[in-house]
Amino acid sequence: MAAQILTWLDERLGLTGIYKTVLDRKVPKVNWAFTLGSATLFLAVMQAATGIFLSAYYVPHPDQAYDSINYIMNDVAFGWLIRGIHHWGATLMVITVVLHMLRTFFYGAYKYPREVTWVTGVFLLLVTLGMGFTGYLLPWNQRAYWATTVGTSITETIPFIGPFINQALRGGTDLSTLTLVRFFSAHIWMLPAALFGLIGVHIYLVIRLGISKIPSEDE
Amino acid sequence: MAHAGPEYGLSRRSFVTGVVGILGGIIAAVVGLPAIGYLLSPSLKSGTATKEEWVPLGPIEELVVGEPRLFAFTRTKQVGWERTANSYGVYVVRKAGDSYDVFSNVCTHLSCRVSWKEDENEYVCPCHDGRFAKDGSIISGPQPRPLNRFEYKIEEGTIYIHLVEA
Repeated sequence: MAAQILTWLDERLGLTGIYKTVLDRKVPKVNWAFTLGSATLFLAVMQAATGIFLSAYYVPHPDQAYDSINYIMNDVAFGWLIRGIHHWGATLMVITVVLHMLRTFFYGAYKYPREVTWVTGVFLLLVTLGMGFTGYLLPWNQRAYWATTVGTSITETIPFIGPFINQALRGGTDLSTLTLVRFFSAHIWMLPAALFGLIGVHIYLVIRLGISKIPSEDE
Repeated sequence: MAHAGPEYGLSRRSFVTGVVGILGGIIAAVVGLPAIGYLLSPSLKSGTATKEEWVPLGPIEELVVGEPRLFAFTRTKQVGWERTANSYGVYVVRKAGDSYDVFSNVCTHLSCRVSWKEDENEYVCPCHDGRFAKDGSIISGPQPRPLNRFEYKIEEGTIYIHLVEA
């Protein structure tokens, strides 16, 4: 019965075709460093899932942000687990994304025909760092406040346009409610939209072009 | 999942597929099952149900017969991380023979606070000029009911009211 339903669905949706194209790809003999992209994707999905759950309680307002996170940590069942995964997953994702880039670089996997994959990867790195930067402010504790003060101040040193960029990031001259809300918006809507859009292109290219083999000595 | 043929044993491919499936299931369960509890957690807390309490107002010996006296107290309510302080006003009138009238100062019309006017011998609501007699009954105004009464008790010279919150 189950097999019949699957066959019925497969005939209409082409599930086997998708499975074969996406997962049963031919790959050259590679090593564990080639799992870093999948590891990063897995972490991105975990961040999305736990982030969605956190938004059920978090309030992006200076009066309530800190208290709402305290509430998640101390009063909500498994709140410590959901936030813990999100917190450590963020750190881990920056690490895997950088290692993934180093692997690609040192194996020369960015070369023809994979230049566009590399470029989308560079943007993915930037967006990931942006996610880390905007997420860091959201607990609205002393560390978050001053880290963001310092982080946004750095942009001020850019000649001519620095002060403008600083104010654009902060939504004014100082850190305020506006900063918190725009960082929240960037963290849960703008950057994730960019992130998952780029991931789509990145993975499409990986499937289309296949992965490169480890270069041999005479190459 | 595992296609263990008797002649070939478990192939490498089906072993890896199986292990990936099992690990994936475990990871999904580790995040997914607590997530259900996480989302439902505040809804299942019993603290939000009806709360009742006997609130001590003060000593009865200071009360003069026939003279309404306002007692005030506040109670803090916490929902999630948000605390709200509610203030309550209670008029106590000592009557002859050690019985008492205990009224809430909330007008029965639109919940403004009434106050006792000694010179007019009435409770007056400032919002729509509702007027109540000393015993809480309606004199004039738009209010539909007499002042709400609290259940009370007296223990060791102190008057308590029964505060029931929805």
